[in-house]
Amino acid sequence: MNFKKHGIAAIAIAAAAALSACSAGSLGSSDDDTTSGGAAAEKIELSFLVDNTETSQMTAQAIADGFMAENDDVEITIESRPGGADGDNIVKTKLATGEMNDIFMYNSGSLLQALDPTNQLVDLSSEEFMSRVDEAFLPSVSSGDKVFGVPFGQAMAGGILYNRSVYDDLGLEVPTTWDEFMANNEKIKAAGIDPVIQSFGDTWTSQLFILADFHNVTQAQSDWAEKYTANQAKYVDEPAIKGFQRLEEVATAGYMNEDYATAKLDQALTKLVNGEGAHYPMLTFVVNTYVTLADDAAENIGFFAQPGDDAATNGLTAWTPAGIYLPATTEGEELEAAKRFLDYVATPEACDAQTEAVTPTGPYMVQGCTLPDDLPQAVLDLQSYFDEGKASPALEFVSPVKGPNLEKITVEVGSGIRSAADGAKLYDQDVEKQAQQLGLEGW
Amino acid sequence: MSASTASTTPAAPPSPPAAKPRISPVHIDKTYPMWFYVPGGLVFLILFIVPTVLSFYYAFTRWTLFDATFVGFDNFVTFFSEPGLIGSLVNTLIYAFVTSGSKVVLGMALAVVLVQHIWARGYLRSLTFFPVLVSAVGVGLTFQVLLNPTDGLVNAALGAVGIDGPRWLVDPDIALLTVAAIDVWKGIGLATLIYIAGLVAIPQEYYEAARVDGASAWDIFRTIMLPLSFPATSTVIILSLIGGLRSFDLIWTTTQGGPGFASDVIASVIYKQYQAGFYGLSTAGNVVLFIVVTAIIYPLSRWLNSKEVVL
Repeated sequence: MNFKKHGIAAIAIAAAAALSACSAGSLGSSDDDTTSGGAAAEKIELSFLVDNTETSQMTAQAIADGFMAENDDVEITIESRPGGADGDNIVKTKLATGEMNDIFMYNSGSLLQALDPTNQLVDLSSEEFMSRVDEAFLPSVSSGDKVFGVPFGQAMAGGILYNRSVYDDLGLEVPTTWDEFMANNEKIKAAGIDPVIQSFGDTWTSQLFILADFHNVTQAQSDWAEKYTANQAKYVDEPAIKGFQRLEEVATAGYMNEDYATAKLDQALTKLVNGEGAHYPMLTFVVNTYVTLADDAAENIGFFAQPGDDAATNGLTAWTPAGIYLPATTEGEELEAAKRFLDYVATPEACDAQTEAVTPTGPYMVQGCTLPDDLPQAVLDLQSYFDEGKASPALEFVSPVKGPNLEKITVEVGSGIRSAADGAKLYDQDVEKQAQQLGLEGW
Repeated sequence: MSASTASTTPAAPPSPPAAKPRISPVHIDKTYPMWFYVPGGLVFLILFIVPTVLSFYYAFTRWTLFDATFVGFDNFVTFFSEPGLIGSLVNTLIYAFVTSGSKVVLGMALAVVLVQHIWARGYLRSLTFFPVLVSAVGVGLTFQVLLNPTDGLVNAALGAVGIDGPRWLVDPDIALLTVAAIDVWKGIGLATLIYIAGLVAIPQEYYEAARVDGASAWDIFRTIMLPLSFPATSTVIILSLIGGLRSFDLIWTTTQGGPGFASDVIASVIYKQYQAGFYGLSTAGNVVLFIVVTAIIYPLSRWLNSKEVVL
């Protein structure tokens, strides 16, 4: 019997071990520096950290190759990291521990501000090549009078992608006010097509009606972003609450696809391209993904800015490109070579190299860069807003305040779990932590 | 010790008390100097003690990884005013008690069946245990596909017999219970295994005596199996309750705490703070989780131990 009692104990211990083994963290994805040891002598080796999306990888490879063709004393190796919140943590951890790669690519705007750029990054404001970077890009990579990055890729926009053959078949016009948009939706629904595609399976995609509404907010109140940063403007009040209300309106009208709660980005794009759905509120970086889904997708999918109350102020919300930055830990000849690399990135040749590798999704933010003529329709559509000057930067580029739970709240509002007013109120509470973390005044 | 132990002890001659302290404490000190503790002790100190103590400090700071500002109890105040934190506390308790309770009842039921001399017993035992061997992430992702309300296999099967299946993981009312059910499916094998061990340890003499007295199968279960497998029950309760209270992997891979905040538990709220870069806040959350788990498990385990009967 003693033996059997021991048996129980042994099993219990084994069981406990099995349970605790489940929880072992699997954070380190072993992205070690790949500095090849005995390569050709005297070459300066630089490693360049880029997120792992196909577009970013191809863009990074194109500029690295272009640079190395002219500078044969430098060898650049691309290293990849995950995107999203995991990527944010990797970048922050690498910087905090002094392990950052020689060069890295990261978002501009509010996410960059969270990196403590003044202490962590090399100030480029005195570099000659910064004068070739578009003025509109600089605020999103600056802190005080210091500037930290050159643009990576192109600007993009948030708005509504639409299926042009659905519009042609039903005889619809591109809407310039929200009421026209909703009227179109009604006709589309009557024709048996899902008016608005949503994909809450990828929760971040649920935020677009709020984020892309920001041009309308600034048109209604031009200093809203400053007041927001100073804790004086809130989402619960007009004009900002409109974005939440618009999402709610679309949801309660039953305009969304049946599987909105589980669909993912790729499925949503497939629906748009097939004509199962007519509108998809999205960022235009997805152009590269959907053009491969159907032969006619490039011409068939168009883009319009999220309509507001007034047709006269209709315009788009723009996202500035990500930036390429140098951490303060890059020194000596590496720093000199890395600066040469940034110098190259801010040239029209680098833009052309990127265009060749990846279809551009918007204008470049380097002076002298041009776009080819044979672009997908959606890019041409958004380009015309830029050309007419009807564009405002998204909130994340004019204010460092962005709460982490917006995508959860918009899922709730879009699923009818929470009302627009409640959602806006909850989001106002959510941003407080971010503001306090950044040590902003007035919070 | 009971009669069963007494029947085995006579084989070993009772050792005279005088012979016992052959190795004096002094002798141990001489043979095994304290230095032997150093390697293990250092590892434990550096990897466990230091981070634990530090985490109690960082819980009181606003920590960006680059610098930490002392903010007193602010993090705890913020953590408790976190949207849905109260909801997530309630969810954690529901999740822990539902999974723990189901594992006790179902694990016991399965074990009672699997200790009988039934057909293909070994095969059925392994079958019950297999889900335990699969990674929680794999299970989560698989069920996410199976339970897809529009084109998942489960609702397709229900539809074939004319039932309109619920929306499982995306219905805010049942998302948490759906995840709990998946957890039970995955963890039931371990509970069954512990119960089988517990039931097998009950001496056959009791059953024989009961049968001679004319006890029915239900009487045997109620008066012999249930009380005498209590050590197994308390092990299952403690293990599954701890597992349930800090459950994270399955919830994160199936719903990420969603839709919205409907299936958030403390661990997923903490992870989201960490993701958002609020390192001090998430550390404070971990301290809260530590306290909650201890406050529930410690008294419970004391109580369960006091109730254990000796075979």
